[in-house]
Amino acid sequence: MQSSTGTSGEITGQTALVACAPMSISTAAFPRTFLRYELFEQGNRKGCYPMKTKLLSLALGAAAIAMTGTVASAATLDDVKAKGFLQCGVSTGFPGFAFTDDAGNWQGFDPALCRAMAAAIFAGDSNAVKFTPTTGKTRFTALASGEVDVLARNTTETFSRDVDLKFTFGPVNYYDGQGFMVRKSLGVTSALNLSGATICVQTGTTTELNLADYFRANNMTYEPVPIETNAEAQEKYLANACDAYTTDASGLSATRSAFEAPNDHMILPEIISKEPLGPLVRQGDDQWADILKWTLLALITAEEKGVTAANADEMKASSTDPDIQRLLGATEDGFGAMLGLDNDWALNAIKAGGNYGEIFAKYLGTDTAVGIERGLNALYTDGGLMYAAPIR
Amino acid sequence: MSVAAELDGPAEPFRLSQLFYDQRYRSITLQIITIAVFMLMVSWLVTNVIQNFEDLGKTFGFDFLWQPASYDINQKLIEYSSVSPHWKAAIVGILNTLVVAFLGCILATIIGVAVGVARLSKNWLVAKLMTVFIEAMRNVPVLLWILLASTVFSSALPSPRQAPVMLGGGFVPTNRGFYVPAPVFNDGSIILGIIFIASIIGAFIFRRWAAARQARTGDILPVFRITMAILILPVFVMFFLLGMPIGLELPELQGFNFQGGLYIRSSFMALWLALSFYTAAFIAENVRAGIQAISNGQSEAAYSLGLPPSRTMNLVILPQALRIIIPPLISQYLNLTKNSSLAIAVGYMDVTGTLGGITLNQTGREMECLLLVMGFYLIISLLISGAMNIYNNSVSLRER
Amino acid sequence: MSDTHAETVRYVATHELPALPAPVNTRGPAAWARANFFSTPRDTILSIIVGGLIAIGLWKLLPWLVFDSVFVAGSLNECREIDSGACFAVVTSRFNQLIFGFYPPELFWRPILAFVLMLVAFAPVLHDNLPRKMLWFSAVFPLLAYWLIWGGTIWGPLMIIAMIALAFVAFKAVAKSVNPVVGLLAAVAVGILWMLFLHDPIVSALSSAVNVGLEPVESSKLGGFQITFIIGVTGIVASLPIGILLALGRGSDMPTLKMICVGFIEFIRGVPLITLLFVASTLLNYFLPPGTNFDIVLRVIIMVTLFASAYMAEVIRGGLAALPKGQYEAADALGLNYWQATRLIILPQALKISIPGIVNTFIGLFKDTVLVSIIGILDPIGIMQPIRSSAEWNGIIWELPIFVGLVFFIFCFLMSRYSMYFERKLDTGHRN
Repeated sequence: MQSSTGTSGEITGQTALVACAPMSISTAAFPRTFLRYELFEQGNRKGCYPMKTKLLSLALGAAAIAMTGTVASAATLDDVKAKGFLQCGVSTGFPGFAFTDDAGNWQGFDPALCRAMAAAIFAGDSNAVKFTPTTGKTRFTALASGEVDVLARNTTETFSRDVDLKFTFGPVNYYDGQGFMVRKSLGVTSALNLSGATICVQTGTTTELNLADYFRANNMTYEPVPIETNAEAQEKYLANACDAYTTDASGLSATRSAFEAPNDHMILPEIISKEPLGPLVRQGDDQWADILKWTLLALITAEEKGVTAANADEMKASSTDPDIQRLLGATEDGFGAMLGLDNDWALNAIKAGGNYGEIFAKYLGTDTAVGIERGLNALYTDGGLMYAAPIR
Repeated sequence: MSVAAELDGPAEPFRLSQLFYDQRYRSITLQIITIAVFMLMVSWLVTNVIQNFEDLGKTFGFDFLWQPASYDINQKLIEYSSVSPHWKAAIVGILNTLVVAFLGCILATIIGVAVGVARLSKNWLVAKLMTVFIEAMRNVPVLLWILLASTVFSSALPSPRQAPVMLGGGFVPTNRGFYVPAPVFNDGSIILGIIFIASIIGAFIFRRWAAARQARTGDILPVFRITMAILILPVFVMFFLLGMPIGLELPELQGFNFQGGLYIRSSFMALWLALSFYTAAFIAENVRAGIQAISNGQSEAAYSLGLPPSRTMNLVILPQALRIIIPPLISQYLNLTKNSSLAIAVGYMDVTGTLGGITLNQTGREMECLLLVMGFYLIISLLISGAMNIYNNSVSLRER
Repeated sequence: MSDTHAETVRYVATHELPALPAPVNTRGPAAWARANFFSTPRDTILSIIVGGLIAIGLWKLLPWLVFDSVFVAGSLNECREIDSGACFAVVTSRFNQLIFGFYPPELFWRPILAFVLMLVAFAPVLHDNLPRKMLWFSAVFPLLAYWLIWGGTIWGPLMIIAMIALAFVAFKAVAKSVNPVVGLLAAVAVGILWMLFLHDPIVSALSSAVNVGLEPVESSKLGGFQITFIIGVTGIVASLPIGILLALGRGSDMPTLKMICVGFIEFIRGVPLITLLFVASTLLNYFLPPGTNFDIVLRVIIMVTLFASAYMAEVIRGGLAALPKGQYEAADALGLNYWQATRLIILPQALKISIPGIVNTFIGLFKDTVLVSIIGILDPIGIMQPIRSSAEWNGIIWELPIFVGLVFFIFCFLMSRYSMYFERKLDTGHRN
């Protein structure tokens, strides 16, 4: 039923209109048709994608309707290929993880993963991706409803999100934990000294639940100041409207880095929760989940093996390490085909923005304004937790 | 039926086209079509929902309301902690909504009436200043005002440790909120309460008696002063006789924050003030329009009857102006109540913030939570507009 | 008596004497100031206090806001190095994002053109002394604007026009030969059939034959004041016909129809817009056939349209109620049926009376569109967040809301003035 007719699989690198294949009538009980809309991306993608609608839209006056939509389907890969781009949900703005540059392009640790996925799917075109900013509140609905194909929005993997909300999490791309940031002048050295404090916490996140649990477990009181976004939290914290700001430790470092005087603030040693952050997709499409999983693992493997964006092509040609050969598609194992992709999928993903370490260094690392140490996110060989399952 | 048929002349056999062309049937035909289309739409929507829920493996039900909420709420008027169930969090939110809406309506009315009257001032400076206030408030989105107010409170006021303690501990403005003394009720305060209630009843009785007396003899007593005396004096005297049973608890800086006293959070203040000022601008315009709608002849007639200006206002102008002012005033109250849902932008935990916000987020029950939230607002709106209709009927001009 | 009187008269004016100038103390700036500032001692004190407060306020605010503010800088830190005042450089450097969102800069001419055309399209509606022919342009404008902003092939909008024309022809033909109600059904049927079976193949065929189109821009690139205008204007335009139908339904003497209309209007007016937007962002998909998915901008427009139409219905109901009863009776007396009377007599007058109310509804809606920032659409308020998250402008507080508030103020103020002007103009007629 989820046909993806009307696809022109090739990327021609020019803007052109595409005639879509003749329509088909779905077999479902309710009469639906596939209306086809031509989609363009600046540059080089084209295609049609099926869209089910809509006696309703007629009732609404079809004339004014500006629809671009996708079908939440079992074969997400086919849909994504058909429409010619990957729709990726990111945060509305979080230093280091997702932000827009002056030209309005989304940048950051999370968008970089989407670009790598896009490159893996679209033969190296890392721009074949569109970003949907989501809030803590809208992110899961956006994914569940098919508005986005993958959600890369520093989201904590939890039991209920996996099982109850029916998502499939990819591998963890950032091991985090919830911490507290306070002013040094406050004289607090441990989170256990925070009884009675006013604490800024983002709503709609796991952090506010952890916070409640932690204070309850330690028999302390606190005054929560719920806020919607990181920018507001920062404003409130800097104005001293809360004594402490709690969020994932990465977020704390990122936020602190942007302060005028970062050294006046300290992050308390207690990490009160485990926050494995990872990208996620809808449950029920194993192929799609596999693509997400192995794209990320390929990036980590690349770091393990020293494959970078710069040397990937050369490594593919010259490396004799069978691991690297398999990773970069130098052998004819057909791993790409098993995923429904081409043989260079991992090579393209790596070339899009570099391996895991490069991406980390570019957006979060100690050389950036955010300035986060690798810590738990170092490779297992360096004492971290990044340990990619082998590609073989 | 037979009578009607006789009156209409000889009965014609019924034709199908009569359903459309005959006035007697057409309205029924159209109504049946309307209902059919409406039911079709509704059933279509409901089937879609059922189908979608099935596809996603979701269920519909309100049992989640009895699960522990596991989040904390800062401003709570009833006992609540993170182990309380979701329904209790919803109640906390509802109460918070009602508090900010109620206090907002009061403050908005006070400011609105003051500004509306001041706008008619003969003093050019005052009139213009009020015009600027009204236009600035009305033409900028209320969300922006709420955000600005929140920023003002958190960025422009001092932190608790630097906060000035004003009025001997009676008032402490900080960037987290304002601390004022809280009343402490000791033994004997119940007696004081009973006396106060008795005074109110006494004042009522006095006023009725004074009105009757005025009708009988034409004498006018200084009603306002005597009423105030009845209300205040007995309580005041008893307060000292009973050994000052009601005390004040002053806020004191302890640890991170002030402890004791009443703590009015800045999120509440920002929302409350922004909503009040925004709505006040609209109320001011209603008040101005109401006063201007009363023709000059009314006040001139009152003066010529010998009424002093204060009585002219109270007995002649206001009763007439109020009839024009109150209906739009009540719809402004309604708007204020609905706008209080923007609390979510400043982290004030109203019903949209708890039930429609955190609970929705943590449980993933969008349908149930939003139904409940919308139902709540709908009930409030219907109550308020019901009250308005009753008022409208009671003051509508009895046309003869 | 009269004689005596006549004798005592010494002077009889032969011509009108020129008026003497008013006494010195009642004219000139001094007198104006006295009348307006110092007429009584109480007034004087009030003037001094209020004037003093204004002066102090300006004294404190102006240096920060104007004298020491910075308009050109690359980042907040640069700003702070240049001067101590407000850093409006964030507005100048991110101006495009605040106005257009992430719309491709080389295509800015399209929304600008759409905006200018919008003014042209609204002109004949708001000014009744312009040629009536211009209304045709107003009717075509929505499709034109859609095409300009979102781009894509020209054939889509053109075929919609064709569909409407075809439906109209069908209506005329059937209405003449059979009956208007059946004609309406025929028109709707033609429209549905067209959209279901003909639209896409024809558009595809035409666009593959003759490739005329603009580069498409997807909804997620829309933002800033552009999205405010798109949502606000679409909402108000689309809500007008729905609002008219609801108002007529509410005034109808058919109880079921009336009940449905009243129920809808009161429901929408009884809940806050933000809850409807939550419905748009989290629930709307559940109400549509499985697998259907609109993008969020469209979902928001749908909900905003429903929201506005309830308010619009009340405005138009007011217009209908304000018409003198004689108009209805005269229409009946002429033997017009309901639709003829409504179309030819009632609605033209009621709508004209309602224009100030419609403009006021639009102002309200225009301001309310900022709520979409809460569900993650990057409107002027929403876009502040990515800007504030960027490394250059992290820590900026006041400047962005001040700019956004000022723009809103200018637009809303002008519109409210227009509405008041129109109200005054209307006041001369139609009231009896």
